[in-house]
Amino acid sequence: MAYSFPEEVLEHVFWFLSSDKDRNAVSLVCKSWYEIERWCRRRVFIGNCYSVTPEIVIRRFPEVRELEMKGKPHFADFNLVPEGWGACVYPWVTAMSAAYPFLEEIKLKRMVVTDESLELISKSFRNFKVLVLSSCEGFTTDGLASIAANCRNLRELDLRESEVEDLSGHWLSHFPDNCTSLVSLNMSCLGSEVSFSALERLVSRSPNLRTLRLNRAVPLEKLPNLLRRAPQLVELGTGAYSAEIRSDIFSNLAEAFSVCKQLKGLSGFWDVVPAYLPAMYSVCSGITSLNLSYATIQSPDLVKLVSQCRNLQCLWVLDYIEDSGLEALAASCKDLQELRVFPSDPFGAEPNVSLTERGLVSVSEGCPKLQSVLYFCRQMSNAALIAIARNRPNMVRFRLCILEPRAPDYLTLEPLDTGFGAIVENCKELRRLSMSGLLTDRVFKYIGTHAKKLEMLSIAFAGDSDLGLHHVLSGCESLRKLEIRDCPFGDKALLANAAKLETMRSLWMSSCSVSFGACKLLGQKMPRLNVEVIDERGPPDSRPESCPVERLYVYRTVAGRRVDMPGFVWTMDEDSTLSASESGNKPNVWGLRALMPSILHLAELIVAINILMNKEAKLLFSLFHV
Amino acid sequence: MPMENGKNLPESEYPGGLKTELTLGLPGGEAAAPKSGGKRGFSETVDLNLGTSAEVEVSVSTAPQSKAQIVGWPPVRSYRKNMIKNCKYVKVAVDGAPYLRKVDLEIYASYQELLTALEDMFGCLTICNVLNERKIMDQANGTEYVPTYEDRDGDWMLIGDVPWKMFVESCKRMRLMKSSEAIGLAPKTSSKGLSIS
Repeated sequence: MAYSFPEEVLEHVFWFLSSDKDRNAVSLVCKSWYEIERWCRRRVFIGNCYSVTPEIVIRRFPEVRELEMKGKPHFADFNLVPEGWGACVYPWVTAMSAAYPFLEEIKLKRMVVTDESLELISKSFRNFKVLVLSSCEGFTTDGLASIAANCRNLRELDLRESEVEDLSGHWLSHFPDNCTSLVSLNMSCLGSEVSFSALERLVSRSPNLRTLRLNRAVPLEKLPNLLRRAPQLVELGTGAYSAEIRSDIFSNLAEAFSVCKQLKGLSGFWDVVPAYLPAMYSVCSGITSLNLSYATIQSPDLVKLVSQCRNLQCLWVLDYIEDSGLEALAASCKDLQELRVFPSDPFGAEPNVSLTERGLVSVSEGCPKLQSVLYFCRQMSNAALIAIARNRPNMVRFRLCILEPRAPDYLTLEPLDTGFGAIVENCKELRRLSMSGLLTDRVFKYIGTHAKKLEMLSIAFAGDSDLGLHHVLSGCESLRKLEIRDCPFGDKALLANAAKLETMRSLWMSSCSVSFGACKLLGQKMPRLNVEVIDERGPPDSRPESCPVERLYVYRTVAGRRVDMPGFVWTMDEDSTLSASESGNKPNVWGLRALMPSILHLAELIVAINILMNKEAKLLFSLFHV
Repeated sequence: MPMENGKNLPESEYPGGLKTELTLGLPGGEAAAPKSGGKRGFSETVDLNLGTSAEVEVSVSTAPQSKAQIVGWPPVRSYRKNMIKNCKYVKVAVDGAPYLRKVDLEIYASYQELLTALEDMFGCLTICNVLNERKIMDQANGTEYVPTYEDRDGDWMLIGDVPWKMFVESCKRMRLMKSSEAIGLAPKTSSKGLSIS
């Protein structure tokens, strides 16, 4: 085509594309569209920091303003990834400090962020606006002080659920007096007390402040001072919600709340004294999001509060709410979309509250918009799961944790296969599923057959054999993240579905039966995967090839092998040489014997590899939207 | 509540007596007890028999109030656990072991309980009482360890010198140091202990 739109026009059109998927598609049209698009991409999301290098990102996208990145695998949240594993942001910050002087936003999840990184961020990017550190660690309040002091236009500082070494509360006082740009401040994870007067002054001079999440150390009596200075608040996280019971404190608090007409979200609520809850009632009708997951109050108080919140869309609560409370919730909150019920006593041998499957069933019956569930309980039945599935075919995220591993249906003592099967069969939009209880290979057959939109699956203490894993890998077309612990899955399913792993972001398997030999094979034959073994027992080749590895993490990458692996992580790649002790044990090409006996599967594998070879280009681009 | 007990994977025996046992059952579960024997205490451990062929002695000083714990189960983030109950997780490093573990100091009532739990966790270690001094040893290679901790002020101190409650409050992290390296560590709560980076 001799004539086409001038570049400027195309660029102007591309400006309107905000979704990564759309931008990636546009890049594939032709070389010139690829070029135009890459110069005007402002936002990059990297789902796995090891899937690509800073250099590659910078080379392709020279004008990035916003970076969002995730590091450690999800199971790191539960101490399954050892300390020192990696995901340090520092190399990224150094590279970007040179390449992206106009960088405005950095959002990180499960990454290690040091004070050096924070200081470098604060000094490298003149227009830095947004820092979100979600479940990160490695920094102290000194690092926060650098951010506060040096980021002149800071809009957001959000430390949600990060582990911060709390040296003192003094960091907050580093915000300069002329800093008036703050829109969002979340310091709820910090322990130390900050200077209250510094906090007050900061709030006073931040007319755009919409989100303020305080830490536990901010006393309830002082909360009104802040609320009065920020009546425009949309989201509030209280500090400890307790004080001596005095009517002047109460009326002060109630009055302050009544001024905040825009409040939509509430959180905090440590150490709740129930007598103070009514002080909030004036705002309840506008509340759409309520996080009571630290509020150790009993069901009646919870019910009184929650039934005031008729427009509630999202509720996080402890299992103190009990079945009766959930029934009340189902009756009052017809707009509820998300429910998370956390265990108050996860390690107790006996139930301490009356929360069973009935609570969840009631909510599934009463709340037509319910689509996202995280539920910890002690008993479950197939009947309940079937009912939930039938009630809520619109379910999108379903995470059920029965506290006892391998607990069967408590009524019939059968596995919970049919129950979870009903979930995947009825809930056709299901994108995320976590299962628990007694489960056989059958449930995986149901999942492989029905869960076509499933993107993330978490499995623990489930299944009987490799067939289970095979069903999932061969059936779940949209699968991106698979995490497995303590299941009897081994080499066969993994090797037979090797090609599938390149279509996913990552696979985690710990305490399963994958042998070192299979890991090596996978690493040798799949150069675009990093196959990493985490093992505390020393180098895997000091043990026989058939020995199962402790933990396996496989992910697709264009970055090649990691260069920052700690001593307990080994990568299996083309250069892996067999050690002398295994000289008599060289595997066949492709380890044919290890593969499923059926020729059909082998043929599938060969075909899949061929397809992949042709899709090389697509893989490269699609890595930027994982 | 009835619990279907987990399957045990076939045990693999290797020359040199190195036994690697991956079991799917809970440690100290009802039916097949893990080969290492006995119920574990409060410690969170992975049910892997690591390292040596020496029998791991598991001693529990008090009856467990809660069940034996599996690492990372139930899947509640430690952040959340810390917020709800009285939890004080500190990191424990052992010189020579590849990675750190975390212990919740609040669940122990005394130094003896803590050291016993450490014994469980780092399976190759045993506590010996030598002349009233508590020492920790790796029986297999005779290495002696000295239990130390870093306190609030950043000083490294010997474990056991201050009353238990005071220790729980001030301990930031622990390290089982090889005896050979512990020379110079002040035995009492002096202002400058041996500083370890």
